[in-house]
This record gives sequence, structure tokens and C-alpha cells, in this order.
Amino acid sequence: MSPEPSPPAVASRATDVIHNIGYRSYDGPRLGRAYARRSLFLQSLRGAYGLGRSAKSKVLPMILFAVMCLPAAIMVAVAVTTGLDELPVDYTAYASFLLPVISIFIAAVAPQTVSLDLRFKIVPLYFSRPIERADYVSAKFTALSSALFVFTAVPVVILYAGALLAKLDFVDQTKGFAQGLLAAAAFSLLYAAIGLAVAALTPRRGFGVAAIIAVFTIPYTLVSALQAIAEEQGSIDATGWLGLASPGTLMDGLQGKFLGGTTEFPGGRQLTGGEGVVYLLVIAAAIAGSYLLLLRRYRKAGL
Amino acid sequence: MDPLPPGDVRRYTNALAFLPVTVIATQSLTMRYPRVTALDRLTVDITPGVTGLVGANGAGKSTLIKILLGLSPATEGTASVLGMDVSRDGGAIRERVGYMPEHDCLPPDVSATEFVVHMARMSGLPPTAARERTADTLRHVGLYEERYRAMGGYSTGMKQRVKLAQALVHDPRLVLLDEPTNGLDPVGRDDMLDLIRRVYTDFGISVLVTSHLLGELERTCDHVVVIDGGKLLRASTTADFTQDAALLAVEVTDTDTHPDGTAALRTALTSAGLTLQAPTEAGAPGSGHLLLVDVGAAGGADAGADAVHDTVRDAVADLGLGLIRMEHRRHHISEVFQDDTPAPQLELAGTRPQEGGSDDVA
Repeated sequence: MSPEPSPPAVASRATDVIHNIGYRSYDGPRLGRAYARRSLFLQSLRGAYGLGRSAKSKVLPMILFAVMCLPAAIMVAVAVTTGLDELPVDYTAYASFLLPVISIFIAAVAPQTVSLDLRFKIVPLYFSRPIERADYVSAKFTALSSALFVFTAVPVVILYAGALLAKLDFVDQTKGFAQGLLAAAAFSLLYAAIGLAVAALTPRRGFGVAAIIAVFTIPYTLVSALQAIAEEQGSIDATGWLGLASPGTLMDGLQGKFLGGTTEFPGGRQLTGGEGVVYLLVIAAAIAGSYLLLLRRYRKAGL
Repeated sequence: MDPLPPGDVRRYTNALAFLPVTVIATQSLTMRYPRVTALDRLTVDITPGVTGLVGANGAGKSTLIKILLGLSPATEGTASVLGMDVSRDGGAIRERVGYMPEHDCLPPDVSATEFVVHMARMSGLPPTAARERTADTLRHVGLYEERYRAMGGYSTGMKQRVKLAQALVHDPRLVLLDEPTNGLDPVGRDDMLDLIRRVYTDFGISVLVTSHLLGELERTCDHVVVIDGGKLLRASTTADFTQDAALLAVEVTDTDTHPDGTAALRTALTSAGLTLQAPTEAGAPGSGHLLLVDVGAAGGADAGADAVHDTVRDAVADLGLGLIRMEHRRHHISEVFQDDTPAPQLELAGTRPQEGGSDDVA
């Protein structure tokens, strides 16, 4: 034992003082490009629902999300309490049933995802960091498609949970549920690609919102009208080809043909095999084309 | 001076941090656009420290920054940053270099903390480190409680601090600051310049700062590089530069014997062999009574400068004029590029381009 116990005690008390330690350098890991891309993806996905942004930015996405889930919850409640033997709506048809709500969501969220970066000139900051232009585009595209997938798939999950609670046929429901998720995925990819390509054209958020609503509703209304006329004229075959001209009818035809749903086409007509293949190709081409447009858009943007 | 292979350089950069290696080296760097040549065979070596890059608008400053970040390939020539080649190692360079753009780049509905954390992660910092370094860096640039508020309500000075913080948050070895004092009032400008000086002296991060005002760079920078029309006009230490660029402003009274004292003194000084600036913009108030005597042109050395002071003093005394003021003036860089006085300035700049360049900068 030391004869003087007090000096060590004083010294240990002195270490409790808060020091101004000045600048500290960073020697830890730098996780590089792939990590930066993931960070941008997460930030954009959160931003789509207003997380990490001001309270004002959360209002619209959250309200729309509630509106999207509410009908599913009601249907489930009805099915469970009244003991229906099948759900009032197909898993795959749910998205087209609430298409206007989804269109508003994309119109609000796609400009939020890309126009803000353009308008407030944040894009050059991203490109002064390890990521490349292609990383930026892929992060934004995955973020918006994931946001849309959450938006369209959560109601499908609610329906499925309700169906199981109501003790409907498990195999049937699971098959329908899987088809519903696939439809939601295809829908999200197509709408995210088109929505982003349109939104990235302008740094003005208002223009972006208007342009996206126009792109998603005008062709759809026009095509539906033309399809009705074609049916009146007796050329029912033309309705399939007309359906290629709008994203809404493309998805409708696809889910009717491949995912066991029913279409909103005149007479509930299903696509023929050949038409189905063409629909698939056109959807793939639309996604790829929009993605290439985005890449082109950001080739020039920068410092 | 030949750069090591990039992998080795990155491994040894910490050990080399305080050795006099170049942080930026360009070799006949040329950038041609269809209509203009933005950089014309620019060869310059920049050592650790604070370096000012001066040039008028359109001189090629931003183009140079873009190339240094590895974002646009040069038409000809090579450049390396921290020993890494800009054409091959752009990603690795951007991981260890910070960039503060000239324009606004802050989303208004996000807080400074949220924004800087995101930018730290975009530079590759893991989440915990990103948060810690954000808190540290914002404190170092002087942003305290307000960092939790949305940035839309910030003053210009606070915005500039956040912009600087996002460039420093990943502890880069070099930061490129593009016109960081733009839009600031005189006090904000001084604060920002002090902060930039501290980035090197306290944080050990080398700085390349662009400006079109030579005056503010001489206080902050160890070296100054002047480019014009994409060409290197001058690269030397700040001390050398301001020595040569120094002017003596002299204002005298009129007397009964010399009703136009300014003109009398001008004649006297010219005959004493001093170089006087041509009377400048007639519009400027009081400019008719101000004589600008070139101190550097007399020889550049301290002895020369003293001789100039003595000559002016003697001439004023001989004429019996009242001396209102005699003060040092620095060239405003825009004077260097003025159309009506290009020849003497270019000569001045061309007097010692290589000696100056090789002892001070290499």
C-alpha cells in the first residue's frame, strides 16, 4: 500500500474534467461506393414517406398510405365478421381499384425523390463523393420502386392476413397472394421508372407533379375510351393492341393474362398468348427506356 | 515527385501527411470544349497548405476543380490529386477530398445535422462515425443549437458554415472550396477566412480555395496560383506575390504654388524613375486625386520598396505639398485582367514565372 493515498485520488478526479480536445482526425473504415449507394437508397426511401424531413412533408404520403390501406382493412373486417367464403376483391385487382390514389402518391413522391436534388443543387455534392452517376440513378430508382412496392403490397398483405383469419382456403389464398405481390412488384417497377423519368425533367416540383398526373391519367382515359369505341364497332381484337398505349392498361392486361386476375377491358376480355408476350415486351421496354432516359439526364447534370 | 501506385499512396498517406509532397500536380492539362478552351496546357504543382486559385470569371477555375475530382476527363495532359491519377482513381480521390460548391446546395426542409450526417455516409462513413463526426464538425465550424433547425431559416453565413462542414465531415486530406466568401458581409467574410486558415493550421487539411479577390487570399493563403483564360499566369508564395503586386496609394493637397498638386507630384515621380498606374476609372470618386505608385516594379526586393517610399516622401516635401495619405494597396485581381491595362500586368506576371514557380511551389 502506498503511504500517500490522496494524490492518486486527486489525479483521478482531474480526469473527469471536460477538455476541449480540438480537431480529431478519422482513422476508421471508409466503406466506399456500394455503401454510399445503399445510404442514398435508404435516405430516398425514407424521404418518400417524409421520414427525416419536416412534419409538413410527412402529411401527404402518410394520409395517402392510410387511404390506400383503409379499404383493405374494411374488406377484411367484413369478410371476418360475416364469414364470406371469398374476399370481395382479387389480390391483383386491388391496385387498379385504387389507381387514382396511387397516381397521386407517385405524383407527390417522384418529384420529392429527384426534383429537390436538382432544384437545390444537391446533385453536384453527390457527384463530388465516391458514387458515380449510374449509382445515383440506380439508388433513386430502387428507392422509388421500393416506396411504391410498400405502398401497393401492404394492402395486399392486409387482405391476405384477413383471409387467413377468416379461415378461407389456404392454398387458394396463398396463390392469390403471391400473384398479388408479383403484380405489385411489376406495377412498382413500371410506374417508378416512368414517374422518375418525368420528374427528373424539371427541377420545379409543381411541374413535376402536374406532368406525372397527366402521364398516368390522360393516356389511360383515352385508351379506355378508344377500347369502348372499338368494342361498339365490333372490333374487339383491337382492344388488346390499344391497351399497349397506356401504363394503366398495360398493367391491367398483364395481371389479367398472367396473374389470374380479371381485366377492366370491355367485356372483361383476356389477352391472347401473342398479345401477352407483346405486353411483357412493351412493359420491359418502357422500364428500360425510362431508365436510360434517366441515365442520360444525369450524364450532363453535375458540377 | 512521380506518384506512387495509388494503393501504396493510400496506405502511406498518414505517414506522409506532413512531408512536403504535392497534393495536386497537373502536367500540360488541357480542356477544350467545342467553342472554348477552358484550360490551356496548365502545369502546376500545389504543396500542402492553403493555396489560393485566383482568376476572373470564366478563367477555368471550376473546370479545373471538375477535373481534379475526376468528374470530367481532360482533353490532354495529366493531373494527380494526393498522388492518385484523376483519370483512373476518381472514386478513391473523392473519398479523401472534400468539395464545397460556390452555389447554394442545401435542402431547406432538412436540419443541418440530418444533412451533414447523410453527406458523411455518402462519403463512406459508417452510421455511428457519421453522427459523431457531424457533431464535431458542426461545432468546429461554429454551428451550435441551430443545427437542429431546418436550414431554410439560416442566414447566408450559417449556410456557408454548413457547406464547409459537409466538405470536412469525412476528414478529407484536401478540400476544394469554390468561392467560399461569396455573398458574405465583411464580418462574415473575415470569419470564413479565419476558419479556412484553421482548416489547415488546426485540422491539418490542405485547402485549395478559389476567389476572384486577391486581397482576401493574401491573408489566408500560403501560395497563390493565378490563371487567366485557362493559362497559368503566376504561381508563387503569397509573400512574393503581394510584394510584387503592391501599390502605394498617395494623396496630396493642392497649394498656391501647385494648384493641381496631384499632377505636379505625378510629373515629379515619373521623372524620378517610378512607374505610376494610369489614372483609373474617371467615374470613381476621388480617383483623380489618388496616385498609385508601383512598388514592385522598382525591383521587388525590400530595399526597392523602401527606396520607393523615400522617393515619394522627398518628392512631396520638395514640392511643399501636404501629404493626406500614403498607404499600401493590393491589386484587386480584376485590375489584373482589365482590358485597358493588360500589357504591363502581363509583363509583371511574366518576369519570374519559372524561378518563382520552382523554388516556392515544387
